[in-house]
Amino acid sequence: MKKVFGRPKSLTKDPFTYCPGCHHGIAHRLVAEVLDEFGIREKTIGISPVGCAVFTYAFFDCDMICAAHGRAPSVATGMKRSKPDSIVFTYQGDGDLAAIGMGEIVHTANRGESITVIFINNAIYGMTGGQMAPTTLVGQVTQTSPYGRDPKTMGYPIKVAEMLSTLKGVAYISRVALSKPAYVLKAKKAIRKAFQSQIEGKGFSLVEILSTCPTNWGLSPIEASKWLEENMIPYYPLGEFKTPEEVS
Amino acid sequence: MGEKILMKGNEAIGEAAIRVGCHFYFGYPITPQSELAAYMSKKLPKIKNAAFIQAESEIIAINMVYGAASTGARTMTSSSSTGISLKQEGISFIACAELPCVIVNMQRGGPGLGSIQPGQADYFQATKGGGHGDYHLIVLAPSSVQELVDLTMDAFDLADKYTNPAMILGDGLIGQMMESVEFKERKKIDLPDKKGWILTGCKGRKKYCIVPFNMDPYEMEKVNFKIQEKYNKLKEREVRYEAVNLDNADLIIVAYGTVARIAKTVIQNAKSEGINIGLIRPITLFPFPESIIAEASKKVNKFLVVEMSLGQMVEDVKLAVNGKAEINFYGRVGGVVPTQSEILNEIKKYLK
Ligand SMILES: Cc1ncc(C[n+]2csc(CCOP(=O)(O)OP(=O)(O)O)c2C)c(N)n1
Ligand code: SF4
Repeated sequence: MKKVFGRPKSLTKDPFTYCPGCHHGIAHRLVAEVLDEFGIREKTIGISPVGCAVFTYAFFDCDMICAAHGRAPSVATGMKRSKPDSIVFTYQGDGDLAAIGMGEIVHTANRGESITVIFINNAIYGMTGGQMAPTTLVGQVTQTSPYGRDPKTMGYPIKVAEMLSTLKGVAYISRVALSKPAYVLKAKKAIRKAFQSQIEGKGFSLVEILSTCPTNWGLSPIEASKWLEENMIPYYPLGEFKTPEEVS
Repeated sequence: MGEKILMKGNEAIGEAAIRVGCHFYFGYPITPQSELAAYMSKKLPKIKNAAFIQAESEIIAINMVYGAASTGARTMTSSSSTGISLKQEGISFIACAELPCVIVNMQRGGPGLGSIQPGQADYFQATKGGGHGDYHLIVLAPSSVQELVDLTMDAFDLADKYTNPAMILGDGLIGQMMESVEFKERKKIDLPDKKGWILTGCKGRKKYCIVPFNMDPYEMEKVNFKIQEKYNKLKEREVRYEAVNLDNADLIIVAYGTVARIAKTVIQNAKSEGINIGLIRPITLFPFPESIIAEASKKVNKFLVVEMSLGQMVEDVKLAVNGKAEINFYGRVGGVVPTQSEILNEIKKYLK
Protein backbone atom coordinates (compact mmCIF):
# COMPACT_ATOMS: atom_id res chain seq x y z
CA MET A 1 0.00 0.00 0.00
CA LYS A 2 1.22 3.48 -0.79
CA LYS A 3 1.98 5.64 2.21
CA VAL A 4 0.10 8.91 1.83
CA PHE A 5 0.73 10.56 5.15
CA GLY A 6 3.64 10.38 7.57
CA ARG A 7 5.92 12.32 9.80
CA PRO A 8 8.06 14.78 7.83
CA LYS A 9 11.75 13.91 7.93
CA SER A 10 12.46 17.32 9.36
CA LEU A 11 10.58 16.48 12.56
CA THR A 12 12.12 14.27 15.20
CA LYS A 13 10.15 11.51 16.88
CA ASP A 14 9.84 13.51 20.10
CA PRO A 15 6.17 14.07 20.91
CA PHE A 16 5.14 17.73 21.01
CA THR A 17 4.80 19.24 24.47
CA TYR A 18 2.09 21.70 23.45
CA CYS A 19 -1.38 21.82 25.02
CA PRO A 20 -4.32 20.19 23.23
CA GLY A 21 -5.70 22.48 20.53
CA CYS A 22 -2.57 24.63 20.42
CA HIS A 23 -1.55 25.62 16.91
CA HIS A 24 2.20 25.53 17.58
CA GLY A 25 2.22 21.85 16.55
CA ILE A 26 0.55 22.51 13.19
CA ALA A 27 2.97 25.34 12.50
CA HIS A 28 5.92 23.05 13.28
CA ARG A 29 4.61 20.44 10.93
CA LEU A 30 4.18 22.89 8.07
CA VAL A 31 7.70 24.24 8.48
CA ALA A 32 9.07 20.69 8.55
CA GLU A 33 7.15 19.75 5.40
CA VAL A 34 8.56 22.75 3.60
CA LEU A 35 12.12 21.92 4.68
CA ASP A 36 11.53 18.38 3.35
CA GLU A 37 10.05 19.57 0.08
CA PHE A 38 12.92 21.93 -0.66
CA GLY A 39 15.40 19.27 0.46
CA ILE A 40 17.14 21.78 2.70
CA ARG A 41 16.96 20.03 6.09
CA GLU A 42 20.65 19.27 6.11
CA LYS A 43 21.68 22.86 5.54
CA THR A 44 19.11 24.45 7.80
CA ILE A 45 19.78 25.94 11.22
CA GLY A 46 16.78 26.84 13.34
CA ILE A 47 16.62 29.21 16.28
CA SER A 48 14.16 28.62 19.07
CA PRO A 49 12.83 31.49 21.12
CA VAL A 50 11.99 31.82 24.77
CA GLY A 51 8.32 31.00 25.08
CA CYS A 52 6.30 27.82 24.68
CA ALA A 53 8.33 27.11 21.53
CA VAL A 54 11.61 27.01 23.46
CA PHE A 55 11.46 23.23 22.92
CA THR A 56 11.42 23.48 19.13
CA TYR A 57 15.11 22.61 19.28
CA ALA A 58 14.01 19.07 20.16
CA PHE A 59 11.27 18.85 17.52
CA PHE A 60 13.00 19.93 14.31
CA ASP A 61 15.46 17.39 13.00
CA CYS A 62 18.04 19.95 11.91
CA ASP A 63 20.76 21.91 13.70
CA MET A 64 19.15 24.13 16.34
CA ILE A 65 20.13 26.79 18.86
CA CYS A 66 18.15 28.51 21.61
CA ALA A 67 18.34 32.29 21.75
CA ALA A 68 17.65 34.56 24.70
CA HIS A 69 14.15 36.05 24.91
CA GLY A 70 13.62 38.20 21.83
CA ARG A 71 17.11 37.76 20.41
CA ALA A 72 16.55 35.10 17.78
CA PRO A 73 16.83 37.49 14.79
CA SER A 74 20.24 38.71 16.01
CA VAL A 75 21.48 35.17 16.55
CA ALA A 76 20.15 34.34 13.09
CA THR A 77 22.01 37.33 11.66
CA GLY A 78 25.31 36.25 13.18
CA MET A 79 24.79 32.74 11.83
CA LYS A 80 23.71 33.69 8.35
CA ARG A 81 26.59 36.14 7.97
CA SER A 82 29.16 33.59 9.08
CA LYS A 83 27.54 30.69 7.20
CA PRO A 84 25.88 32.32 4.19
CA ASP A 85 25.20 29.03 2.41
CA SER A 86 22.94 27.80 5.20
CA ILE A 87 19.19 28.28 5.52
CA VAL A 88 18.40 30.05 8.76
CA PHE A 89 15.00 30.41 10.36
CA THR A 90 13.70 31.72 13.66
CA TYR A 91 10.50 30.60 15.31
CA GLN A 92 9.14 33.23 17.69
CA GLY A 93 6.07 34.07 19.74
CA ASP A 94 4.49 37.48 19.97
CA GLY A 95 6.01 38.36 23.33
CA ASP A 96 9.39 37.30 22.03
CA LEU A 97 9.17 39.08 18.70
CA ALA A 98 6.85 42.03 19.25
CA ALA A 99 7.69 43.06 22.84
CA ILE A 100 11.19 42.34 24.07
CA GLY A 101 12.51 41.65 20.55
CA MET A 102 10.69 44.36 18.62
CA GLY A 103 13.79 46.47 18.05
CA GLU A 104 15.78 43.71 16.52
CA ILE A 105 13.06 42.29 14.29
CA VAL A 106 12.69 45.77 12.77
CA HIS A 107 16.41 46.19 12.19
CA THR A 108 16.91 42.63 10.97
CA ALA A 109 14.12 43.14 8.46
CA ASN A 110 15.47 46.53 7.52
CA ARG A 111 18.92 45.15 6.81
CA GLY A 112 17.20 42.61 4.61
CA GLU A 113 18.92 39.73 6.36
CA SER A 114 18.34 36.64 4.31
CA ILE A 115 16.52 34.69 7.02
CA THR A 116 12.99 33.39 7.48
CA VAL A 117 10.92 34.23 10.53
CA ILE A 118 7.98 32.12 11.64
CA PHE A 119 6.01 34.43 13.89
CA ILE A 120 3.31 32.93 16.11
CA ASN A 121 0.70 35.53 17.03
CA ASN A 122 -1.54 34.05 19.73
CA ALA A 123 -2.43 37.40 21.29
CA ILE A 124 -0.99 36.36 24.65
CA TYR A 125 2.10 35.20 26.54
CA GLY A 126 1.66 31.44 26.66
CA MET A 127 4.58 30.10 28.60
CA THR A 128 4.45 32.51 31.52
CA GLY A 129 0.77 31.91 32.12
CA GLY A 130 -1.28 34.26 29.99
CA GLN A 131 -0.11 37.84 30.35
CA MET A 132 -0.91 40.63 27.90
CA ALA A 133 1.14 40.63 24.69
CA PRO A 134 1.64 43.56 22.31
CA THR A 135 -0.82 41.69 20.06
CA THR A 136 -3.52 41.23 22.71
CA LEU A 137 -6.80 42.57 21.32
CA VAL A 138 -8.58 45.62 22.69
CA GLY A 139 -10.78 44.52 25.56
CA GLN A 140 -9.13 41.11 25.82
CA VAL A 141 -8.79 39.89 29.38
CA THR A 142 -5.41 38.49 30.36
CA GLN A 143 -3.61 37.96 33.65
CA THR A 144 -2.09 41.46 33.41
CA SER A 145 -5.09 43.15 31.76
CA PRO A 146 -7.74 41.77 34.11
CA TYR A 147 -10.24 44.48 33.10
CA GLY A 148 -9.53 44.00 29.42
CA ARG A 149 -6.88 45.73 27.34
CA ASP A 150 -7.55 49.43 27.53
CA PRO A 151 -5.87 51.21 24.63
CA LYS A 152 -5.80 54.48 26.58
CA THR A 153 -3.13 53.11 28.90
CA MET A 154 -1.96 49.95 27.15
CA GLY A 155 -1.88 50.97 23.52
CA TYR A 156 -3.40 49.18 20.57
CA PRO A 157 -2.47 45.70 19.33
CA ILE A 158 0.48 45.89 16.97
CA LYS A 159 0.10 44.69 13.41
CA VAL A 160 3.54 43.27 12.85
CA ALA A 161 3.11 42.08 9.25
CA GLU A 162 1.80 45.45 8.07
CA MET A 163 4.43 47.39 9.97
CA LEU A 164 7.41 45.39 8.73
CA SER A 165 6.17 45.33 5.15
CA THR A 166 6.88 49.06 4.92
CA LEU A 167 10.61 48.29 5.11
CA LYS A 168 12.53 48.11 1.87
CA GLY A 169 14.80 45.22 2.85
CA VAL A 170 11.84 42.90 3.25
CA ALA A 171 11.24 40.35 0.49
CA TYR A 172 8.20 38.48 1.67
CA ILE A 173 5.60 38.98 4.38
CA SER A 174 2.22 37.38 4.83
CA ARG A 175 -0.29 36.62 7.56
CA VAL A 176 -2.00 33.27 7.74
CA ALA A 177 -4.16 31.25 10.13
CA LEU A 178 -4.43 27.57 10.99
CA SER A 179 -7.98 27.33 12.33
CA LYS A 180 -9.39 25.38 9.37
CA PRO A 181 -7.98 23.14 6.62
CA ALA A 182 -8.30 25.76 3.88
CA TYR A 183 -6.24 28.17 5.97
CA VAL A 184 -3.66 25.48 6.71
CA LEU A 185 -3.12 24.92 2.98
CA LYS A 186 -2.63 28.65 2.46
CA ALA A 187 -0.30 28.83 5.43
CA LYS A 188 1.83 26.09 3.93
CA LYS A 189 2.07 28.02 0.66
CA ALA A 190 3.12 31.14 2.52
CA ILE A 191 5.81 29.28 4.45
CA ARG A 192 7.05 27.84 1.15
CA LYS A 193 7.28 31.29 -0.38
CA ALA A 194 9.11 32.60 2.66
CA PHE A 195 11.77 29.90 2.48
CA GLN A 196 11.93 30.24 -1.27
CA SER A 197 12.71 33.94 -0.89
CA GLN A 198 15.61 32.98 1.33
CA ILE A 199 16.82 30.23 -0.98
CA GLU A 200 16.80 32.70 -3.86
CA GLY A 201 18.62 35.28 -1.73
CA LYS A 202 15.84 37.84 -2.07
CA GLY A 203 16.05 39.14 1.49
CA PHE A 204 14.10 38.94 4.71
CA SER A 205 10.93 36.87 4.92
CA LEU A 206 8.32 36.50 7.64
CA VAL A 207 5.08 34.61 8.02
CA GLU A 208 2.79 35.78 10.81
CA ILE A 209 0.66 32.85 11.92
CA LEU A 210 -2.50 33.60 13.88
CA SER A 211 -2.51 30.87 16.44
CA THR A 212 -4.57 29.62 19.37
CA CYS A 213 -3.68 29.40 23.03
CA PRO A 214 -6.71 27.54 24.41
CA THR A 215 -5.05 27.14 27.79
CA ASN A 216 -4.56 30.81 28.50
CA TRP A 217 -7.59 32.00 26.57
CA GLY A 218 -9.64 29.72 28.85
CA LEU A 219 -11.39 28.08 25.90
CA SER A 220 -11.75 24.57 24.50
CA PRO A 221 -9.76 23.84 21.33
CA ILE A 222 -12.84 24.22 19.16
CA GLU A 223 -13.96 27.41 20.89
CA ALA A 224 -10.45 28.75 20.56
CA SER A 225 -10.43 28.32 16.78
CA LYS A 226 -13.82 30.01 16.62
CA TRP A 227 -12.62 32.88 18.83
CA LEU A 228 -9.59 33.33 16.60
CA GLU A 229 -11.75 33.56 13.48
CA GLU A 230 -14.30 35.89 15.04
CA ASN A 231 -11.92 38.20 16.86
CA MET A 232 -8.39 37.98 15.53
CA ILE A 233 -8.94 37.72 11.77
CA PRO A 234 -11.09 40.88 11.58
CA TYR A 235 -8.32 42.88 13.25
CA TYR A 236 -5.41 40.98 11.70
CA PRO A 237 -6.42 40.47 8.06
CA LEU A 238 -4.96 37.46 6.31
CA GLY A 239 -3.00 37.81 3.10
CA GLU A 240 0.30 38.75 1.56
CA PHE A 241 1.70 42.13 2.44
CA LYS A 242 4.89 41.95 0.45
CA THR A 243 6.10 39.56 -2.21
CA PRO A 244 9.55 39.24 -3.77
CA GLU A 245 8.41 40.81 -7.06
CA GLU A 246 8.19 44.11 -5.26
CA VAL A 247 11.83 44.01 -4.29
CA SER A 248 13.65 46.46 -6.49
CA MET B 1 56.05 40.63 10.02
CA GLY B 2 58.42 41.91 12.58
CA GLU B 3 58.16 45.51 11.43
CA LYS B 4 57.13 48.11 14.00
CA ILE B 5 54.23 50.41 13.28
CA LEU B 6 52.69 53.23 15.21
CA MET B 7 49.08 52.45 16.11
CA LYS B 8 46.29 53.58 18.36
CA GLY B 9 45.33 50.97 20.96
CA ASN B 10 41.78 50.45 19.74
CA GLU B 11 42.88 50.02 16.13
CA ALA B 12 45.66 47.66 17.15
CA ILE B 13 43.06 45.35 18.71
CA GLY B 14 41.18 45.27 15.42
CA GLU B 15 44.29 44.46 13.41
CA ALA B 16 45.34 41.78 15.89
CA ALA B 17 41.90 40.17 15.78
CA ILE B 18 41.80 40.11 11.98
CA ARG B 19 45.28 38.59 11.84
CA VAL B 20 44.16 35.65 13.94
CA GLY B 21 41.13 35.07 11.75
CA CYS B 22 38.38 37.03 13.46
CA HIS B 23 36.25 37.96 10.47
CA PHE B 24 32.99 38.74 12.24
CA TYR B 25 32.72 41.88 14.30
CA PHE B 26 29.49 43.27 15.74
CA GLY B 27 29.40 46.47 17.75
CA TYR B 28 27.65 49.64 18.74
CA PRO B 29 29.43 53.00 18.99
CA ILE B 30 30.61 54.24 22.38
CA THR B 31 33.53 56.36 23.53
CA PRO B 32 36.34 55.51 24.26
CA GLN B 33 36.44 52.50 21.93
CA SER B 34 34.71 53.61 18.73
CA GLU B 35 37.95 53.49 16.71
CA LEU B 36 37.87 49.72 16.96
CA ALA B 37 34.49 49.45 15.26
CA ALA B 38 35.61 52.02 12.70
CA TYR B 39 38.74 49.99 11.97
CA MET B 40 36.72 46.80 11.51
CA SER B 41 34.23 48.59 9.25
CA LYS B 42 37.14 49.61 7.03
CA LYS B 43 38.95 46.27 6.92
CA LEU B 44 36.34 43.50 7.12
CA PRO B 45 34.38 44.37 3.96
CA LYS B 46 37.64 43.84 2.03
CA ILE B 47 37.86 40.23 3.25
CA LYS B 48 35.82 37.57 1.47
CA ASN B 49 32.87 36.24 3.50
CA ALA B 50 33.73 38.48 6.45
CA ALA B 51 31.14 40.73 8.08
CA PHE B 52 31.02 43.95 10.01
CA ILE B 53 27.65 44.98 11.39
CA GLN B 54 26.90 48.13 13.31
CA ALA B 55 24.18 46.61 15.44
CA GLU B 56 21.23 48.55 16.80
CA SER B 57 22.44 48.06 20.38
CA GLU B 58 25.05 46.29 22.47
CA ILE B 59 22.45 43.64 23.31
CA ILE B 60 22.03 42.86 19.66
CA ALA B 61 25.78 42.88 18.99
CA ILE B 62 26.50 40.21 21.61
CA ASN B 63 23.65 38.07 20.30
CA MET B 64 25.07 38.31 16.79
CA VAL B 65 28.34 37.12 18.32
CA TYR B 66 26.43 34.21 19.85
CA GLY B 67 25.11 33.26 16.41
CA ALA B 68 28.43 33.59 14.61
CA ALA B 69 30.31 31.70 17.34
CA SER B 70 27.83 28.84 17.09
CA THR B 71 28.89 28.22 13.49
CA GLY B 72 32.53 28.01 14.55
CA ALA B 73 33.60 31.44 13.35
CA ARG B 74 36.03 33.59 15.30
CA THR B 75 34.02 36.59 16.36
CA MET B 76 34.28 39.67 18.53
CA THR B 77 32.35 42.57 19.98
CA SER B 78 33.58 45.58 21.89
CA SER B 79 32.16 48.33 24.00
CA SER B 80 32.77 50.35 27.13
CA SER B 81 31.31 50.03 30.62
CA THR B 82 27.63 50.95 30.23
CA GLY B 83 27.48 49.08 26.92
CA ILE B 84 29.12 46.04 28.47
CA SER B 85 26.40 46.02 31.14
CA LEU B 86 23.84 45.65 28.36
CA LYS B 87 25.65 42.62 26.95
CA GLN B 88 25.54 40.63 30.17
CA GLU B 89 22.53 38.42 29.44
CA GLY B 90 24.07 37.44 26.13
CA ILE B 91 27.47 36.77 27.68
CA SER B 92 25.85 34.48 30.24
CA PHE B 93 24.16 32.55 27.41
CA ILE B 94 27.46 32.24 25.54
CA ALA B 95 29.27 31.02 28.64
CA CYS B 96 26.51 28.49 29.35
CA ALA B 97 26.48 27.32 25.73
CA GLU B 98 30.29 27.05 25.96
CA LEU B 99 31.04 29.06 22.85
CA PRO B 100 34.32 30.87 22.21
CA CYS B 101 34.34 34.59 21.45
CA VAL B 102 36.17 37.75 22.47
CA ILE B 103 34.61 40.76 24.16
CA VAL B 104 36.57 43.99 24.58
CA ASN B 105 35.75 46.41 27.39
CA MET B 106 37.61 49.71 27.21
CA GLN B 107 36.43 50.85 30.60
CA ARG B 108 35.35 54.39 31.34
CA GLY B 109 34.36 56.13 34.54
CA GLY B 110 31.18 54.83 36.16
CA PRO B 111 28.63 54.21 37.52
CA GLY B 112 25.66 55.25 35.40
CA LEU B 113 26.60 57.00 32.20
CA GLY B 114 29.71 57.97 34.16
CA SER B 115 32.35 59.79 32.17
CA ILE B 116 34.32 59.07 29.04
CA GLN B 117 37.68 59.11 30.80
CA PRO B 118 39.44 55.88 31.79
CA GLY B 119 38.24 53.72 34.66
CA GLN B 120 38.73 50.28 36.20
CA ALA B 121 35.50 50.01 38.11
CA ASP B 122 34.15 47.14 35.97
CA TYR B 123 36.58 44.71 37.60
CA PHE B 124 33.89 42.92 39.61
CA GLN B 125 31.65 42.68 36.57
CA ALA B 126 34.45 41.31 34.41
CA THR B 127 35.99 38.82 36.80
CA LYS B 128 33.11 37.59 38.93
CA GLY B 129 30.71 36.69 36.14
CA GLY B 130 28.98 39.93 35.30
CA GLY B 131 25.70 38.45 34.22
CA HIS B 132 23.47 35.94 35.98
CA GLY B 133 24.55 32.48 37.01
CA ASP B 134 27.85 30.85 37.92
CA TYR B 135 30.26 31.53 35.12
CA HIS B 136 33.49 33.36 34.49
CA LEU B 137 35.16 35.00 31.55
CA ILE B 138 38.83 34.58 30.81
CA VAL B 139 39.92 38.14 31.58
CA LEU B 140 43.11 39.63 30.16
CA ALA B 141 44.38 43.06 31.22
CA PRO B 142 46.87 44.70 28.83
CA SER B 143 49.00 47.61 29.91
CA SER B 144 50.54 48.68 26.60
CA VAL B 145 49.46 48.76 22.99
CA GLN B 146 51.86 45.93 22.22
CA GLU B 147 50.24 43.88 24.93
CA LEU B 148 46.81 44.75 23.56
CA VAL B 149 47.91 43.14 20.33
CA ASP B 150 49.45 40.06 21.92
CA LEU B 151 46.64 39.50 24.39
CA THR B 152 43.94 39.99 21.78
CA MET B 153 45.53 37.23 19.74
CA ASP B 154 45.91 35.05 22.82
CA ALA B 155 42.32 35.74 23.83
CA PHE B 156 41.04 34.02 20.67
CA ASP B 157 43.23 30.99 21.32
CA LEU B 158 42.23 30.77 24.96
CA ALA B 159 38.55 31.16 24.09
CA ASP B 160 38.84 28.33 21.56
CA LYS B 161 40.89 26.16 23.89
CA TYR B 162 38.41 26.44 26.76
CA THR B 163 35.28 27.08 24.66
CA ASN B 164 34.59 30.06 26.87
CA PRO B 165 34.19 33.77 26.18
CA ALA B 166 37.33 35.82 26.83
CA MET B 167 37.45 39.50 27.70
CA ILE B 168 40.08 42.11 27.04
CA LEU B 169 39.71 44.48 29.99
CA GLY B 170 41.42 47.72 29.06
CA ASP B 171 40.53 51.31 29.70
CA GLY B 172 40.06 54.49 27.76
CA LEU B 173 43.69 55.47 28.14
CA ILE B 174 45.16 52.34 26.59
CA GLY B 175 42.55 52.39 23.84
CA GLN B 176 43.37 55.95 22.84
CA MET B 177 47.13 55.73 23.26
CA MET B 178 49.48 55.60 20.24
CA GLU B 179 52.48 53.30 20.58
CA SER B 180 54.64 51.35 18.24
CA VAL B 181 53.63 47.73 17.89
CA GLU B 182 54.83 44.64 16.18
CA PHE B 183 52.57 41.87 14.89
CA LYS B 184 54.78 38.95 15.70
CA GLU B 185 54.77 35.60 13.96
CA ARG B 186 52.71 33.29 16.18
CA LYS B 187 53.68 29.85 17.23
CA LYS B 188 51.26 27.23 15.95
CA ILE B 189 49.37 25.78 18.86
CA ASP B 190 47.01 22.83 18.90
CA LEU B 191 43.48 23.96 19.42
CA PRO B 192 40.52 21.62 19.91
CA ASP B 193 38.63 20.68 16.77
CA LYS B 194 35.28 22.45 16.65
CA LYS B 195 33.70 19.93 14.31
CA GLY B 196 31.95 18.05 17.10
CA TRP B 197 29.60 20.89 17.99
CA ILE B 198 29.45 23.71 15.44
CA LEU B 199 26.16 24.31 13.67
CA THR B 200 26.75 23.98 9.96
CA GLY B 201 23.72 21.95 8.89
CA CYS B 202 23.38 18.27 9.74
CA LYS B 203 24.55 16.80 6.42
CA GLY B 204 26.10 13.40 7.03
CA ARG B 205 25.64 13.48 10.80
CA LYS B 206 23.05 13.73 13.55
CA LYS B 207 21.71 17.17 14.29
CA TYR B 208 23.51 19.32 16.83
CA CYS B 209 21.73 21.54 19.31
CA ILE B 210 23.08 24.42 21.36
CA VAL B 211 20.76 24.68 24.32
CA PRO B 212 21.80 26.93 27.20
CA PHE B 213 19.11 25.66 29.56
CA ASN B 214 17.75 22.52 31.10
CA MET B 215 14.41 22.27 32.82
CA ASP B 216 15.70 19.42 34.96
CA PRO B 217 17.63 21.04 37.82
CA TYR B 218 19.90 18.03 38.28
CA GLU B 219 20.87 18.16 34.62
CA MET B 220 21.36 21.92 34.87
CA GLU B 221 23.56 21.38 37.90
CA LYS B 222 25.71 19.05 35.79
CA VAL B 223 26.08 21.77 33.18
CA ASN B 224 27.36 24.04 35.94
CA PHE B 225 29.83 21.46 37.21
CA LYS B 226 31.18 20.92 33.72
CA ILE B 227 31.75 24.64 33.19
CA GLN B 228 33.29 24.98 36.63
CA GLU B 229 35.79 22.26 35.78
CA LYS B 230 37.17 24.50 33.03
CA TYR B 231 37.72 27.31 35.51
CA ASN B 232 39.76 24.98 37.68
CA LYS B 233 41.90 24.12 34.66
CA LEU B 234 42.30 27.79 33.83
CA LYS B 235 43.47 28.45 37.39
CA GLU B 236 46.02 25.66 37.12
CA ARG B 237 47.38 26.46 33.68
CA GLU B 238 46.73 29.96 32.45
CA VAL B 239 47.65 32.39 35.21
CA ARG B 240 49.85 35.25 33.97
CA TYR B 241 51.44 38.15 35.75
CA GLU B 242 54.47 40.40 35.69
CA ALA B 243 56.59 40.66 38.83
CA VAL B 244 59.00 43.59 39.20
CA ASN B 245 61.58 44.08 41.92
CA LEU B 246 59.96 41.81 44.52
CA ASP B 247 63.18 40.91 46.31
CA ASN B 248 63.96 43.24 49.18
CA ALA B 249 60.94 45.41 48.45
CA ASP B 250 59.73 47.55 51.36
CA LEU B 251 56.27 47.50 49.87
CA ILE B 252 54.63 45.80 46.90
CA ILE B 253 52.15 47.58 44.66
CA VAL B 254 49.50 45.43 43.04
CA ALA B 255 48.01 47.12 39.97
CA TYR B 256 46.91 46.19 36.46
CA GLY B 257 46.57 47.91 33.10
CA THR B 258 47.11 51.64 32.95
CA VAL B 259 47.69 51.91 36.70
CA ALA B 260 50.50 49.35 36.51
CA ARG B 261 52.27 51.58 33.96
CA ILE B 262 52.07 54.47 36.38
CA ALA B 263 53.31 52.20 39.17
CA LYS B 264 56.46 51.47 37.18
CA THR B 265 57.31 55.18 37.19
CA VAL B 266 56.59 55.23 40.91
CA ILE B 267 59.14 52.46 41.41
CA GLN B 268 61.80 54.48 39.56
CA ASN B 269 61.07 57.68 41.45
CA ALA B 270 60.95 55.90 44.81
CA LYS B 271 64.32 54.33 44.14
CA SER B 272 65.92 57.76 43.77
CA GLU B 273 64.57 58.52 47.23
CA GLY B 274 65.99 55.28 48.58
CA ILE B 275 62.63 53.48 48.79
CA ASN B 276 62.46 49.99 47.41
CA ILE B 277 59.10 49.24 45.81
CA GLY B 278 57.98 46.05 44.05
CA LEU B 279 55.11 45.50 41.64
CA ILE B 280 52.86 42.57 40.92
CA ARG B 281 50.89 43.22 37.77
CA PRO B 282 48.17 40.66 37.11
CA ILE B 283 47.89 40.06 33.37
CA THR B 284 45.10 37.53 33.75
CA LEU B 285 42.49 38.94 36.12
CA PHE B 286 40.61 35.68 35.84
CA PRO B 287 42.30 33.36 36.61
CA PHE B 288 43.78 35.66 39.25
CA PRO B 289 47.51 35.29 40.13
CA GLU B 290 46.89 34.32 43.74
CA SER B 291 49.98 32.18 44.29
CA ILE B 292 52.57 34.81 43.46
CA ILE B 293 50.81 37.29 45.73
CA ALA B 294 50.57 34.74 48.54
CA GLU B 295 54.22 33.84 48.01
CA ALA B 296 55.32 37.48 48.06
CA SER B 297 53.34 38.14 51.24
CA LYS B 298 55.62 35.72 53.08
CA LYS B 299 58.58 38.04 52.50
CA VAL B 300 57.10 41.50 52.24
CA ASN B 301 54.57 42.55 54.80
CA LYS B 302 53.19 45.69 53.20
CA PHE B 303 51.07 45.89 50.07
CA LEU B 304 49.39 48.78 48.32
CA VAL B 305 46.68 47.97 45.80
CA VAL B 306 46.07 50.84 43.40
CA GLU B 307 43.07 50.90 41.12
CA MET B 308 40.87 53.29 39.21
CA SER B 309 38.01 52.05 41.36
CA LEU B 310 37.11 52.39 45.02
CA GLY B 311 38.41 48.94 45.85
CA GLN B 312 37.58 45.93 43.71
CA MET B 313 40.72 43.95 42.85
CA VAL B 314 41.88 44.65 46.40
CA GLU B 315 39.38 42.02 47.57
CA ASP B 316 41.14 39.34 45.52
CA VAL B 317 44.50 40.47 46.84
CA LYS B 318 43.19 40.18 50.40
CA LEU B 319 41.93 36.67 49.69
CA ALA B 320 45.33 35.70 48.29
CA VAL B 321 47.27 37.21 51.19
CA ASN B 322 44.81 35.77 53.69
CA GLY B 323 45.80 38.04 56.57
CA LYS B 324 49.55 37.38 56.23
CA ALA B 325 50.45 40.98 55.35
CA GLU B 326 49.09 44.49 55.59
CA ILE B 327 46.96 45.43 52.59
CA ASN B 328 46.42 49.09 51.85
CA PHE B 329 44.38 50.61 49.10
CA TYR B 330 44.47 53.73 46.99
CA GLY B 331 41.91 54.46 44.30
CA ARG B 332 40.71 57.27 42.07
CA VAL B 333 37.43 56.96 40.18
CA GLY B 334 34.97 58.51 37.81
CA GLY B 335 37.57 58.89 35.08
CA VAL B 336 40.33 60.33 37.29
CA VAL B 337 43.72 58.71 36.76
CA PRO B 338 45.98 58.54 39.85
CA THR B 339 49.29 60.36 39.41
CA GLN B 340 52.62 58.85 40.30
CA SER B 341 53.27 61.49 42.96
CA GLU B 342 49.92 60.75 44.63
CA ILE B 343 50.83 57.08 44.74
CA LEU B 344 54.31 57.78 46.08
CA ASN B 345 52.87 59.99 48.84
CA GLU B 346 50.48 57.20 49.71
CA ILE B 347 53.36 54.72 49.92
CA LYS B 348 55.31 57.00 52.21
CA LYS B 349 52.35 57.02 54.64
CA TYR B 350 52.71 53.29 55.12
CA LEU B 351 56.49 53.20 55.34
CA LYS B 352 56.78 55.69 58.17
C1 LIG C 1 14.79 38.27 29.59
C2 LIG C 1 13.60 37.45 29.91
N1 LIG C 1 12.48 38.05 30.36
C3 LIG C 1 11.40 37.31 30.65
C4 LIG C 1 11.41 35.96 30.49
C5 LIG C 1 10.18 35.16 30.87
N2 LIG C 1 9.40 34.69 29.72
C6 LIG C 1 9.52 33.43 29.29
S1 LIG C 1 8.50 33.10 28.01
C7 LIG C 1 7.86 34.66 28.01
C8 LIG C 1 6.78 35.09 27.07
C9 LIG C 1 6.54 34.18 25.96
O1 LIG C 1 5.45 34.60 25.26
P1 LIG C 1 5.39 34.52 23.68
O2 LIG C 1 6.63 35.04 23.08
O3 LIG C 1 4.13 35.19 23.26
O4 LIG C 1 5.37 32.95 23.34
P2 LIG C 1 4.28 31.83 23.67
O5 LIG C 1 4.70 31.23 24.98
O6 LIG C 1 2.95 32.48 23.72
O7 LIG C 1 4.41 30.85 22.55
C10 LIG C 1 8.46 35.42 29.02
C11 LIG C 1 8.09 36.81 29.30
C12 LIG C 1 12.60 35.36 30.04
N3 LIG C 1 12.74 34.05 29.88
N4 LIG C 1 13.68 36.12 29.74
S1 SF4 D 1 0.27 27.63 26.83
FE1 SF4 D 1 -0.79 28.27 24.96
S2 SF4 D 1 0.81 28.65 23.44
FE2 SF4 D 1 1.71 27.43 25.11
S3 SF4 D 1 1.52 25.31 24.45
FE3 SF4 D 1 -0.25 25.77 25.72
S4 SF4 D 1 -1.82 26.44 24.28
FE4 SF4 D 1 0.13 26.52 23.20
